[in-house]
Amino acid sequence: MVLSYTMPAFVIERDLSRCISCQVCVRQCANDVHVYDIEDDCVHSQDAQCVGCHRCVTLCPTHALSVQRNPLAFRAHANWSDQALRNIYRQAESGGMLLTGMGCDQPYRIYWDHMLLNASQVTNPSIDPMREPMELTTYLGAKPERVAFSDGRVETEVAPQLRLDVPIMFSAMSYGSISFNACESLARASREAGTFYNTGEGGLHPALYQYGANTIAQVASGRFGVHLEYLNAVAALEIKIGQGAKPGIGGHLPGEKVTPDISATRMIPVGTDALSPAPHHDIYSIEDLRQLIYALKEATGYAKPVSVKVAAVHNIAPIASGIVRAGADIVAIDGLRGGTGAAPTQVRNNVGIPIELALAAVDQRLRDEGIRHRASLVVAGSIRSSADVIKAIALGADAVYVATSALVAMGCHLCQNCYTGKCNWGIATQDPYLTKRLNSDLGAQRLTNLLRAWSLEIKEMMGGMGLNAIESLRGHRDHLRGVGLNQVELDTLGIRAAGQ
Amino acid sequence: MVDLRWLTSLDLVRSESSEEEIEVDARRLPYRTLNERLAELVRQGASRLRVLAVSGQRYLGTNLMAPVRVAIDGVPGNDLGAFMDGPQIEVMGDAQDGCGNTMNSGLIAVHGSVGDIAGHSMRGGTILVRDNAGYRVGIHMKEYGERCPAIVIGGTAQHFLGEYMAGGVILVLGRSLETGDIHPSRYIGTGMHGGVIYLRGKFDERFLGKEVGVAPLDDDDWATVRQYVFAYARYFDEDPEPLLRGSYAKLYPRTRRPYGRLYAY
Repeated sequence: MVLSYTMPAFVIERDLSRCISCQVCVRQCANDVHVYDIEDDCVHSQDAQCVGCHRCVTLCPTHALSVQRNPLAFRAHANWSDQALRNIYRQAESGGMLLTGMGCDQPYRIYWDHMLLNASQVTNPSIDPMREPMELTTYLGAKPERVAFSDGRVETEVAPQLRLDVPIMFSAMSYGSISFNACESLARASREAGTFYNTGEGGLHPALYQYGANTIAQVASGRFGVHLEYLNAVAALEIKIGQGAKPGIGGHLPGEKVTPDISATRMIPVGTDALSPAPHHDIYSIEDLRQLIYALKEATGYAKPVSVKVAAVHNIAPIASGIVRAGADIVAIDGLRGGTGAAPTQVRNNVGIPIELALAAVDQRLRDEGIRHRASLVVAGSIRSSADVIKAIALGADAVYVATSALVAMGCHLCQNCYTGKCNWGIATQDPYLTKRLNSDLGAQRLTNLLRAWSLEIKEMMGGMGLNAIESLRGHRDHLRGVGLNQVELDTLGIRAAGQ
Repeated sequence: MVDLRWLTSLDLVRSESSEEEIEVDARRLPYRTLNERLAELVRQGASRLRVLAVSGQRYLGTNLMAPVRVAIDGVPGNDLGAFMDGPQIEVMGDAQDGCGNTMNSGLIAVHGSVGDIAGHSMRGGTILVRDNAGYRVGIHMKEYGERCPAIVIGGTAQHFLGEYMAGGVILVLGRSLETGDIHPSRYIGTGMHGGVIYLRGKFDERFLGKEVGVAPLDDDDWATVRQYVFAYARYFDEDPEPLLRGSYAKLYPRTRRPYGRLYAY
């Protein structure tokens, strides 16, 4: 074996006074970190294979294990970080592109954390959500120019809408990138909470058709599993142009992950690479995008909203304007910190812009052009809490998409190794030994709990602002103030500095 | 008379149905209205339709979802038969871009030429083109289980024929080639990782994608080629025998895992 210059990223410490050699850690680790030595009746650990997912630590019945970052891993300094050195060693050994999972982990400014919300004091009294009704219901879809009445009835034909009981949806994660149980958990939780989950581009498993009324089906460049039955089984369709974690590039599901079940869902042979080319071959312009939007509308009898999902990039405002003019009912924008099951590390960490700035720019542009009502705006790219949700809505979003938060709710510990298919938490894997660790009843319950908890917090904060309907908060940037931001950032966000 | 033994797929048999053909005049109808009208007729039980004076209306056949036969007089617009599942469409003229886009099953026979990306991502059904085809024909075609899509082009295709091809069959008969001409398409099969392309007539190996291998046809290949040549001949009233003569080559993907060694793990 060739000497590897990389050193373990983590150090595993086993308290031998607590370890009872029960081998739970051995069985739980798909990376084969823990090995039972039958002669000495003890368990050894190989730090180098550890990804820091804490599965063993969590499940150890005697709390004998701890996993720490390796403190003296490299002779790193401010310029050459630990990670930069590790990356070069790995590339010098393999000659390949670096892959990673989850969203950008670099210390770019997180604008949510530099915006603060308002509350009522003395004038405009706050509302107690425990005593008074608070409206979180949100409708996504094109709104009419004006509403005409005749004999007290609405005459205007309203475009199809999605009704959300909470302004939070689960964003696209394909069956393939995550396990069936994870997909089912998302589907059930969506039904339970009155919201929607998104199939991603991997098609729809037959067992999940029953959740169609709470499903958004994606149509991506690979067109995997896209057929009329699929398009008509769901509540809305989404054309995936881009993803925040990897704007501008395609992807592929490696053949070894195309199991018989995934093959049936994606409608490709078992074991073949599923390539998603970077562009759609039928979209080279806004006019072409319009053509696909209307192809989907024709295929589904104009009964469902069509969303177009793009990554937040430099000229996102005119791009979004074009998408609205192309006839999209919903524009979904995924920011720099948006997650992924697999993306080249350098792309994930260096391409795109933060969602907060993109959202503010797009909302303003659509308002300036007088077309904001023609499409709803859904944002994604690291919504980590109810506060992020409420700030996004105050900046101009109609609703948000969450994925990483949902995965964390189901047990994800953010080890960023999704692409290996060895997820010890049973989420980003297709290995039946691992997938059974996530029970979809429990997964759905945890997700439903998360949405309930966030809804309560949103209502509490809205009440504090003296608002009783989420509609009243939408695009109401006066409820936000910036801290620690320069004037250009404040202007882009369209907010004033705290104290002003 | 065509030898029906080779027409193994029902789609390829042009049925001489005695049922009444219902005519629909497409003049001045927007595509949405026209398509709704056709879908309504199919819901009412129509099995043969003839659409007259078609002039650029898009998405014809997309919403029909039944094995209905549709004859189109005129020039249909883009995305003819997009997502199509079941219908047999015969175009009495040329078709434009995106013909058979993401098609699932059925047949499109074009008595003329087609534009770009015909058969994009199709996973089932057949497209027969009497004359020539534009750029990127059969791009990302795929096959699955019983479904094996096919595109037959009587003349030639433009560049990037069979790009990203993941499954199915493309047969280019090269009828429009003069003696000594080579196929005009460049970058044939770029990114190909499945399926097969049969070229009749001369081509230059320099114009093939680097993922593409060349081989002579074996017995199974000939059976496939015969099946589609007979279907072509039947639809366009040609004699199949001369089309089976000439030099045929099989283009195949050298690997099904073209992206195997890209990553550092």
